[in-house]
Order: sequence, then C-alpha cells, then structure tokens
Amino acid sequence: MALRAVKQFLKMDVRTVMNHKATWWARASAATAALVFAGVAHAERQLNMKLPVTQAGQTMYDLHTLMLVICAVIFVGVFGVMFYSLYAHRKSVNKNVATFHESHLVEVVWTVIPFVILLVMAFPATKAIIAMRDTSNPDLTIKVTGYQWKWGYDYLKGEGEGVRLVSNLSTPQDQIFDRTAKGENYLLEVDNPLVVPVGKKVRILTTADDVIHAWYVPELAVQQDATPGFIRDTWFKAEKVGTYRGQCAKLCGKDHAYMPIVVNVVSEADYAKWVGEQKKKMAAAGDNPDKTWTVPELVARGEKAFAANCAACHQANGRGLPPAFPSLVGSKVVTGPVAGHVDILLNGRAGTAMASFKQLSDVELAALVAYTRQSWGNKVDEIVQPADIKAIREGGKPGKQAAAKANGAAS
Amino acid sequence: MSSIPHDHAHGHDHDHHHPTGLMRWITTTNHKDIGSMYLWFSFIMFLAGGVMALTIRAELFQPGLQVVNPELFNALTTLHGLVMVFGAIMPAFVGFANWMIPLMIGASDMAFARMNNWSFWLLPPAGLLLIGSFFVPGGAPGVGWTLYPPLTIQMGMGMDMAIFAIHILGMSSIMGSINIITTILNMRAPGMTLMKMPLFCWTWLITAYLLIAVMPVLAGAVTMLLTDRHFGTSFFNAAGGGDPVLFQHIFWFFGHPEVYIVILPGFGVVSQVIPAFSRKPLFGYASMVYATAAIAILSFVVWAHHMFTAGMPVAGLLFFMYATMLIAVPTGVKVFNWLATMWRGAITFEAPMLFSLGFIFLFTFGGFSGLVLSIVAIDIVLHDTYYVVAHFHYTMVAGALFSAYAALYYWLPKWTGHMYDETLAKWHFWLSLIFFNITFFVQHFLGLAGMPRRIPDYALQFAEFNLISTIGAFGFGITQLLALYIVLKCIKGGEKAPAKPWDGAEGLEWTVPSPAPYHTFEEPPVVR
Amino acid sequence: MSQQHAPYYYVPQPSRWPIVGSIAVGLLGTGAALWMNKIGAGPYVVLAGFAVLLYMLFGWFGTVIAESESGQYSKRVDASFRWSMSWFIFSEVMFFAAFFGALFYARVLSVPDLSSLEHQALLWEGFKGTWPSAGPYITEAFTPMGAWGIPAINTLLLLTSGVTLTWAHHGLLHNNRGQLKLGLFLTILLGAVFLALQVYEYIHAYQDLNLKLTSGIFGSTFFMLTGFHGFHVTLGATMLVVILVRAMKGHFKPENHFAFEAVAWYWHFVDVVWLLLFVVVYWL
Ligand code: HEA
Ligand code: HEA
Ligand code: CUA
Ligand SMILES: [Cu+2]
Repeated sequence: MALRAVKQFLKMDVRTVMNHKATWWARASAATAALVFAGVAHAERQLNMKLPVTQAGQTMYDLHTLMLVICAVIFVGVFGVMFYSLYAHRKSVNKNVATFHESHLVEVVWTVIPFVILLVMAFPATKAIIAMRDTSNPDLTIKVTGYQWKWGYDYLKGEGEGVRLVSNLSTPQDQIFDRTAKGENYLLEVDNPLVVPVGKKVRILTTADDVIHAWYVPELAVQQDATPGFIRDTWFKAEKVGTYRGQCAKLCGKDHAYMPIVVNVVSEADYAKWVGEQKKKMAAAGDNPDKTWTVPELVARGEKAFAANCAACHQANGRGLPPAFPSLVGSKVVTGPVAGHVDILLNGRAGTAMASFKQLSDVELAALVAYTRQSWGNKVDEIVQPADIKAIREGGKPGKQAAAKANGAAS
Repeated sequence: MSSIPHDHAHGHDHDHHHPTGLMRWITTTNHKDIGSMYLWFSFIMFLAGGVMALTIRAELFQPGLQVVNPELFNALTTLHGLVMVFGAIMPAFVGFANWMIPLMIGASDMAFARMNNWSFWLLPPAGLLLIGSFFVPGGAPGVGWTLYPPLTIQMGMGMDMAIFAIHILGMSSIMGSINIITTILNMRAPGMTLMKMPLFCWTWLITAYLLIAVMPVLAGAVTMLLTDRHFGTSFFNAAGGGDPVLFQHIFWFFGHPEVYIVILPGFGVVSQVIPAFSRKPLFGYASMVYATAAIAILSFVVWAHHMFTAGMPVAGLLFFMYATMLIAVPTGVKVFNWLATMWRGAITFEAPMLFSLGFIFLFTFGGFSGLVLSIVAIDIVLHDTYYVVAHFHYTMVAGALFSAYAALYYWLPKWTGHMYDETLAKWHFWLSLIFFNITFFVQHFLGLAGMPRRIPDYALQFAEFNLISTIGAFGFGITQLLALYIVLKCIKGGEKAPAKPWDGAEGLEWTVPSPAPYHTFEEPPVVR
Repeated sequence: MSQQHAPYYYVPQPSRWPIVGSIAVGLLGTGAALWMNKIGAGPYVVLAGFAVLLYMLFGWFGTVIAESESGQYSKRVDASFRWSMSWFIFSEVMFFAAFFGALFYARVLSVPDLSSLEHQALLWEGFKGTWPSAGPYITEAFTPMGAWGIPAINTLLLLTSGVTLTWAHHGLLHNNRGQLKLGLFLTILLGAVFLALQVYEYIHAYQDLNLKLTSGIFGSTFFMLTGFHGFHVTLGATMLVVILVRAMKGHFKPENHFAFEAVAWYWHFVDVVWLLLFVVVYWL
C-alpha cells in the first residue's frame, strides 16, 4: 500500500533523474563507443532492475525501491550535515572552535534511531522471504541440472511429465571472436529453451553433475545454486507470456560465461501443443537403441553428438586444449580397449574436467565412441553397439570413482 | 594486565655492528625497517593486482573475447582478489601498525622484534607462490578468491601453490597479530591506560584478535581442500557424505571477519586524522571503542549472507539477515562520531583529511549497498552480479585503500623528515575520487540489470557501462602511479618536516623528531 | 655472558634466523606442490625444506635459550611470552575448530540431508543417513573404530601424562631436580606410548576394519581429526624432550622457567583436545 505510493513517487522521480543521467551517459559513452565500434551506442540502457514478471518479483522490486529511498534519505541527511560542517566550520571562517567531545544523549539517539530504521526494513523483508521460500504444492515440477557447460531440464511432475531437454548456447563462435556482427541476443540464446505455462506455479529443483552452477533469471526473480549431489529448490509463477533470459551465475570454469538460460513463458494452449510436439519428437527421433547400427551410421550420428557435447573442450578437430582438455587424436583411451572408452564417457575421469556423460542416450554414446575412433586420423575398428552400452549401464551403479568424479573429488 | 612492575634499567647497548646494505633489511629487528618493508611489499603487490585488474577491465571493454581466453580471465580474477586482499591491503595496514604502534604507545619496539622480521619475510615466498602459479602447467587457479569446491578440485598444480601460499600467509598474519596484541597489552608507556590509547591502536588490537580467530580456520579449510584434491577425502564431496556447501560455511566464517580485518584499521586511521585536521578532540572515544568491538563480535555471526542462494532453511536466512543488518548500527555510530568531531571544529583540507573525507563518504555508500544486499529477497537477484562487485570495491578501495592513503600522507613526514608535495597529493585524491566512481558506480547498474560477475564476455545490453567502467579503471590505475612518484619525491627531499607537522595532531608519535630516529622510547615516556 | 641486570625490555640484535625460516617454508611449499603433482624434484625439495627448517629451529631456539639463560629477559619480557603463548594456543584451538566443525556439519546436516526423501528419489536411492557413514556412493563397507579399546587406554595415558607433568612442575618449583627430570621423563614416555598406540590403531584400521582416509566423510573426519591431534602430540613430546635436556643441563630456576610452563600449557591443551576427540569421534 504505502510501498505502492513510494514506488509511484520514485518511478516519476527516478525517470527524470534517469533521463538526465541517460543523456549524460549517452554523450560520455557514445562518443567513445563510436570510436570503438558502432552498435553498442544503440544497445539498451538500464539503470534499475528489470521489472520482474512474478508476484514474488514485484515484492522484491518494491523492497529494493523502499531500501533505495530510505538509504538515499539517510545518505542525503548525513552528508548534508557533513558538507555543511566542512563549509561552515572550515578553519578560515570558524573562529570559536568548540572542544566538546562527548554527549551520552546524542550517542544513544543515533544508536537507537538507526536500529528503528532497520526494524522498518526488516519487517517487509521478513514477509517477503517467508513467501519466497514456500515451494509447496506446485503445478509443475522441473529438475534443472547444471553441466559444464549446459543445462539439462527434466519435467518431473505435472503436464509434460517425462519431457527432457538439454539446453546449449546457440551463439556462433564467430560472433564471440568478433568475426561477424553480434546478434541482439548475443550470449543469451539457446538451442532448446525451457518452456513453461503462464500463471502456473513452477517448482524448480536444482542439482549439478560436476561443479556448482546457479540457475539465475532476473525477470523471474529466481537464483538458486545447483550443487552437485544435492537437491535444492526454488519456484516462480510467471504472470506474463514472454521470453525471459538469464545466465549461470556461479563460476563453473572455462565456459561459465557461455551457459545461458532462456525461459519461454507461453499460454496454456501453446504449452499443451508444445508438450505434444516434444513427445512426438522423442518418439520419432528416439534413435532406436535395439537395432544394430552400421559403422557409417554411428559415425554420422556421432559427429552431431560430438559437436553438441564434446567440441566445447576437445574442439571440433579433436585436438583439445592441453593440458586442461587433452587431445583425442591418438589418445590412449580412444585408441585403447573400448571398455575403458565407454567407462570414461559414462563415469568421467576423477580430478579432471572430464565429466560424466551418462545423461546421453545409449545411441549417442555408441555413436560418440564410433565417431572419435574413426576421425582425425584415428582408425580403430573395435566399436560398440547401443545395446552394449545399455548392458554396461545395467552393469549396476557406477563405481565409487565415478561417484567421486560426479561430485568432483580426486581419486 | 598492564600492571607489571617496570624496572627502570638502562636500555640495551647500541655499539653492536649493524649489517648494512641488503643484509640490513633481511636481518633487521627494527620495527621501523620492518614497517617500511611491509609498505613497499604491499605497494608492489598492489601494482601486480592492479595490472591484473586492468587486464580484466581491458577484456571487459567490449563484448566478445579480445584480450585473454576464459581460463586466463578466471585466473586473473582469482589472483586479483587474493593478491589485493592478502598481498596489498592487509600488509599495508600491518606496515602502518609496525611503524606507528610502538611510537603511539611509547614502546621501544614490537614485543617480538625477531618474530616480527619473520612475519614479514614470510610474505615474499607466499607472494612468489601466488604469482608463480601463473607459470606452471595448467596455470593459476581460475576458481575465484573464494576457492569454492568442486571447481577447486579440477584445477592443476597452480591450485596447490595457492593453497600453500595461503598457509604461509596465515602463519605470517597469526605471528604478526600475536606480536601486535602482546605489544599493545604489555608494552604501553607508564600511565598510558587502554582507554587513553590512540584509536588506531584500539582498532588494530581488535583486528589482531579477529585475525588469530579466523586465519587458522581458513588454513583448516584449505587443508581439507588439499586432502580432497590429493588424498581422496570427501569433506566437500556428496558422494562420500560431505558437502561442497560445507566449504562455503567454513570459508565465510573466515571471510566475513576478514572484510572487517580489512576495514577496521582504516577506521582507526580516520579516527586519528579527522580530529587532527578538525583541531578538535575525537568525539565519543569510548563509544568508538565499543562500536569497534561490537562490529568485531557481530562479524562472527553473519557469514551466511554470502550464501543466501545456496539453499538454506527460512530460519537460517532470517537469522543471518537480521545479524547482518545489525552491523549497520555500530558502523553508523562511528560515522556519526566522525561527523560530530568535525562539527564546529577548525577544518583544513590537507591530503590526509581529503582521503579521510572521501573514505567516510564512499564507504558509507558501500555500506548502504551492503545493507541492500543483506535483504535476502533482494540478494537473490543481486548475488554474484556486478552489484556485489560494486559494493565491495566501495568498501575496500574507497574504504580500505583510501584510508591507507590517508595514513600514508599523515605519517609520511614523520618517516621521511620531509613534507610531501601537497599539490600533487591533492591531485592524487581528486583524480582517484573521480576515476574511482567512473569505474565502480556504473557497476551498480550492471548488477541491477543482471550481469553476473566473473565472466569474460557479456550480452550487448551491458556494453556501455562496461566501457565506461574500463575507461575509469585505467584512469584510476595511472593515477596511482602519481602516489608512487609523490612518495619517492618526499623520500628524496622537500621542505623539512617539524616533529609535529600537523598543528592539530595529538599523540606520542609527534613528540619524537622527524624523521623518527632509528631507536625511540628506549626509556619509556610517562603519560599523564 | 655474565648475569648482568636485565635491560628494561630486551630488543634482539639483527638475526638471520627469520630469513632462513622463510627459505625453509618456501622450499616446503614449493616442494609439496611439486610432489603432489608427481613432479620429480618434489620429494627432494621438501626434504631440503625440512633440513633448513631444523637448522633454523636449532639456531633460533638456541639463541633464545642463550639470551634467557644470560638473564637478558626482564619480567616484562616474561609477561610478553605468556601473552603470546596463550594467544598462540587460542589460534590452535580455532584450527581444530574448523575440523570439528566439519564433523559436526556432516553428522547433523549433510548426511541426513543426503538421505532425505527427495534426495533418495532423485539422486541417491536407498541411502540410509545413519552415522557412521561413508556417504551415498561409497559402497565399500568399513567398521568404525570402537571407543573402549585403544582409544580408552590412550585417554588414560594422556590424562596420567598430565598428572606426571604437573608433578614435575612441583619438583621444579620446590627445586627438587630429581622429581623434575623423572616427571618429565614419565610424561614423554606416556606420550610416546600414546603415539605408538595411535600408529598401531591406524594399521589396525586399514588392515582389519577397512577404515581408510578414503572411507567417505567418516574416514575423512576420523583421520583428519585424530591425525592432526597426533601431529600436535608429536610436537608437544618433542618440546618436552628439549625441556628435559635443558633440565639436565641445569636450566630453569624455581622463580623463572617460562619455557617449561609454555610447553606444559601446550601439553594440557593437546590433552583437552583429545578428550573432546574421544567423546565426539570415538564414543558418540
Ligand atoms: C572492507 C570490506 C567490507 C565491508 C566493511 C563490508 C560491509 C558490509 N557488507 Fe560486504 N562484502 C565485502 C566486503 C565488505 N563488506 C566483500 C569483499 C564481499 C564479496 C565477497 C565475494 O563474494 O567475493 C561482500 C559481500 C557482501 C554480501 C554478499 C553479497 C552477495 O554475494 O550476494 C553482503 C550481503 O549481506 C554484504 C553486506 C555487508 C554489510 C551489511 C556491511 C556493513 O558492515 C555495512 C555497514 C555500514 C553502513 C550501513 C553505512 C554507515 C551506517 C550509517 C550511516 C548508519 C545509518 C544507516 C542505516 C540505519 C541504514 N557484503
Ligand atoms: C582491497 C582489494 C581490492 C582492490 C584494491 C581492488 C582494486 C580494483 N579492482 Fe578488484 N576485486 C577484489 C578486491 C580488490 N580490487 C576482489 C576480492 C575481487 C573478487 C575476485 C573474485 O571474484 O574472486 C575483485 C574483483 C574485481 C572485478 C570483477 C572481476 C570478475 O568478476 O571477473 C573487477 C572488474 O572490474 C575489479 C576491478 C578492480 C579495479 C579496476 C581495481 C583498481 O582499483 C586497481 C587500481 C590499481 C592499479 C591499476 C595498479 C596501479 C597502476 C599500475 C600498476 C600502472 C599500470 C597501469 C596502467 C598502465 C594504466 N575487481
Ligand atoms: Cu555454470 Cu557458471
Ligand atoms: Cu560479508
């Protein structure tokens, strides 16, 4: 109520200030920017938080506004006094220098008043937090898994149950290395965005496969660390159809800057439609793991899988970036016994950046084995069929070493 | 404690051969020599960390990758943080403590002069290990100065070098703190009661307690990292029943007190400078002491405000939010006391005063952004964004660094026997002030708009403010070279400094001539 | 040097021991880093580091003892030593606190959390969060170390050693050198037996109980805490040996023997830590 008023007030006031600053920044930077490269100057300028599209977000936004106003007022007050004193009590003018050096009364006063102000801040904050952490009875539950460096989404409960996506950055390397002009959603675009229905409470369970990541979408007012081996949760209920973009917020290694999050909030109807398509796709594209594949088939399939999952580290030419990311050309594992090859794909390698890829399908894994063994001059005939992978998987839980890896301990 | 009988015997004899040249510095047991070495080491580290910062800023000048690759970028961020905090700021204030505490309390030297030398000479090996990690296979660790596992586990040899560097720095800090505590508790001149002690000594006494309380904890944490990396333990590994978040708890139990370790001595400096240039006694001395103690005590129960997004029960969130907010009260008391000290004084604006005023103004600003971050609901969207980066550079650069410059200009005449070049020093202040804000003010906007920290490349919407920030950073950097020039100039010569160059200054350090003779207060002065 | 009247506050002359110490530490750090990354020179660098460190310790403490014996240290210096030793021990307490904290966290928070319904459903099916635990993925079984065997004996040993040390102190105070030396000797003996039993216990753990450093969080905390403590006992015992040797040389006077007290404090501290260990690591 009062908050609304405050916000309204600030809205106006800030906007005037904003415009003022805006032009200022524009001049300051556009000048330089022009020298650097065009385009930037046109980029949107943002002085406050993005307006969130969730209730929780709204409260958060208002809280921030409230804090801003209170702090601004105190700041102006305190330093009004200071600058007045600096001016009026400078040596050249102030002839009657005081000598007082304590006064219990004022000292008590300026201990108590700040305390009271803090209470004023704490009260709405507490309410907001309690609401924020209430993840009970959601309409849709999605498990979000952080991988180096992509996101996996499993629709666990609610409409769309069973749908699974892996979401990769889709910005081309050429843009990153300034070889071509950058698109408007540079670094904030993915191949498979997360799709959720509008106006439904979506519970997000976060976890990770290798290191800590954080699932952060400002406009949904959510940020939740994804910790390997643990499940943590958060929730949001988007009130507006639209596309909302965020990024991994926890430093997770080399490509931390390159694992964006895109959430498409769609109408219920569109959502139902989307779910239908996904189901169909999965049925169709579901490369059949039971048939016996020919080597060329596998290699062809493997090339795709490699580009999507491995090239980030081992590079498209298989030569990697040693020492962190070893070359696969003539590598012991790739040219060695196939069992070891499958094992490293399924379980990763402890104490290195080589993560487990057990999330991939049997076909994809078999295809990867075939592709890496038959590319870049590697010529090894011993390969595996999807069925074999299946068998190996069912060979029980991954060993301790694998687990240790999955959670990042040295062996 | 201070009531041990003083047997007034003759001081120790001087006619010992004193090594000269390099050996003088390597073997010295003189608190003034050691203080100077600390200060020079700290400035060198500041330049090193600064060059890293500028490389970071250069990469962030525009979107896309131009200057460094992502691994190197992460390494630079990590080392910049570690080097600046452990290599630049902390040693700087230990240097001031070494130089000034004995002079301020009328002691002949530090309580353990030989150990004092070791505390310093442990820093170079540590520094070499840190910087050296850039040149080993795998490069310097790219994990952030917070060293969160499991990422830490993936790093190469550079990580271990950093870990051992931290062990060594810990040893140094602990010995240094024990030395300072003992000196203050046991070597004050007759009549110098604790509550007569200059506030700089008080803040250092409390800082030293913080250090011996949390440095060992950090050592324990990195030791567990080490065994997880190499000996198959599972402290931070869910597979074995551990938890990566456990590390975060232990690290921040160290880390939050650490940030007050960085700022409290600065508070002390400002509390010396403000009265001196207001020509009026410090207002509320006692409440200053209590406030400092309150900050120190509270700092042990707020650590999880760095982990609001890790996933905590509501009760935890609330507790740590309230505790964090509370710190605003004692800090406020300090700010208000400083204002009241200036009130109706006779204020002049020499460089030390300017830097102190800049400190109060910008630190308070940083304190407010901290307060905003302490509100869990808000922190959720600002955590690990540039808003946080802005916050802590306001507290650590405009806070700690500015107060260090205030101390430098305040005591430089006492050390060199010359006045520094006031005009240049004023330039140093104003340029620093302007460029600092160009660099870091805009980072608030970046954070609010959702730009994560520790990224070498960013979306177009962040382009303009990053560009501005980078321009500011280079300006700030070059400005710091001015400080170097001013100091060298002041050492070489300049107007002779009287024993008490600041007419408003109080304290024993101004009773000895400038430059302060090699040995002072071998016969303790008597304070009334 | 003759027993001159001590200066107001003794400030040592320039010394080369600190830099020697720094070189030692530098070598140790670098060497260990190399070693752990299986780079040839590692072990030798570490060895060199240790050598230099020993040289420094002998030299430095030698100097200090000489100064003390030649009466350079006034009452005030003595007081300094007392302050510093107390705060050093406090910092050690905090070091242990980190590891105790880890144990507490694992038992009370992480392990139960990992076995919660949601975690069982999505990550660690069938994991029972009962302590002692090696975590959800480490399948290899182990037996925890029982409290009432060797650990109990060790507790008695350390407690007795505390008594014998105090007895020795009384000997020193009443200028009964025989009692002083015997008491010190007994204390060292008890300490040595304690360490021997610890070693035996570790072997037993590895061979019979399959309890290893790699046995998940239980193994980790068990060996980290007991090991770190054992390391401190070794230090304490070594210092006691030094004190014994000095006692035999006729050092220490009833009114002035801080070195003895410092080591005694340290020993009692190690003692107390053990009691805590015994309760939370072995017993509960
Ligand atoms: C010198 C160092 C320093 C200091 C002094 C502070 C002071 C404070 N800090 Fe800061 N902080 C850091 C250094 C510092 N911080 C660093 C380095 C990080 C990041 C670490 C990392 O992740 O890398 C950090 C991060 C950090 C976070 C985590 C942000 C995140 O990662 O999401 C939070 C959240 O609560 C926080 C809060 C505070 C608060 C409430 C204070 C308070 O002490 C401020 C109190 C001061 C004032 C409030 C101003 C003066 C008061 C008045 C004028 C009285 C009247 C005012 C009122 C009644 C409102 N800090
Ligand atoms: C007290 C500590 C301290 C200090 C003084 C500084 C000083 C500076 N910091 Fe620092 N900073 C941290 C502590 C500090 N920082 C910490 C703890 C982090 C977090 C790390 C992490 O995320 O893990 C951080 C992170 C950090 C980031 C975020 C990096 C990222 O998230 O990826 C940035 C980015 O702008 C930055 C910039 C700067 C700049 C421009 C300065 C400037 O003030 C530096 C100015 C000094 C110089 C420039 C050197 C002097 C000049 C020369 C050597 C001459 C050469 C110069 C020219 C030729 C121009 N810092
Ligand atoms: Cu994933 Cu950062
Ligand atoms: Cu903090």
